[in-house]
Amino acid sequence: MSTTTSTTVKRIGAEGSVVSYCVGFVLSLALTITAYAMVTGKVLEGWPLIYSLTGLALVQMLVQLLFFLHLRHEDEPRWKLLVFDLMLLIVAILVFGSIWIMNNLNYHGHSLPKEGTDQYIIQDEGFEQ
Amino acid sequence: MSTNTTTLEHPDHQAKLLDKTSFGFWVYLMTDLVLFATLFATFAVMRTNVASGAPLSEHYNLPFVLVETLLLLTSSFTCGLALLAVRAKQSQLAIAGFGITFALGACFLGMELYEFRQLVIEGNSWRASGALSSFFTLVGTHGAHITIGLLWIGVMMWRLATKPIDANTVRRLTILSLFWHFLDIVWIFIFTMVYLLGAAS
Repeated sequence: MSTTTSTTVKRIGAEGSVVSYCVGFVLSLALTITAYAMVTGKVLEGWPLIYSLTGLALVQMLVQLLFFLHLRHEDEPRWKLLVFDLMLLIVAILVFGSIWIMNNLNYHGHSLPKEGTDQYIIQDEGFEQ
Repeated sequence: MSTNTTTLEHPDHQAKLLDKTSFGFWVYLMTDLVLFATLFATFAVMRTNVASGAPLSEHYNLPFVLVETLLLLTSSFTCGLALLAVRAKQSQLAIAGFGITFALGACFLGMELYEFRQLVIEGNSWRASGALSSFFTLVGTHGAHITIGLLWIGVMMWRLATKPIDANTVRRLTILSLFWHFLDIVWIFIFTMVYLLGAAS
């Protein structure tokens, strides 16, 4: 009886403190401003910039999940983490799948110029005449 | 009857209830994430389809959006601190914390509506092109969530002001703070994918 009460108190106490919220806040601020400065300062461009910004956003998501949403303090079994992982999978399939399919449709659809389409396909798909 | 009451008020029972409720709410948030993912995917596909209008990047005011982002981030932080005050049963501190959260959230929403208004006045409403439709749907859905969050914070502040903090209040405010932190995470992606990457490309 006394043991269950003490574990309850410990668990609730572990869910965030002023320090953990401050750490999360400062890290998020730093990540946001870094991302902003990378765009306005034109440090990178093209794919490196896209990768860096996406990476910074993902890191900030992780920071907030850990320090604001306390995902790391969950008791076993970690159902919240399990549902979260499943959702990440669904989101990835949904977003990347849509972009992939729509680009593919664009490519095979009518958006190619009338002239030179054969040339385009020969070059891109590696067909020989 | 008396045994029933003691079971309900037992801290262990309350802790289990809190766990169950916050897990249920977490599952809702994850399904909401799928909703946002479909809107992100739509935006990613449609963002260059501007019909005869200017590219979307010409409508963005990055410093303005950065201020919005910082407001929402700070409100997420104060919401967490307010929840700590709730757990410590400090009503006044909790009301102050949620009050600041509400004010920051309201400023964020006001700025967003101002941005929408400017776009519509300049003839770039959601009717102008597919890109603008997907932009308004994505950002507007987040704004609608923020509006609901603000109403929720208002209702809970009223409860904090009129009733002493009990286990019910703690449970409701715990899921409210989950909701608010979640909206901040969604905004990070809107800020990065829509505004920053949009302005860079």
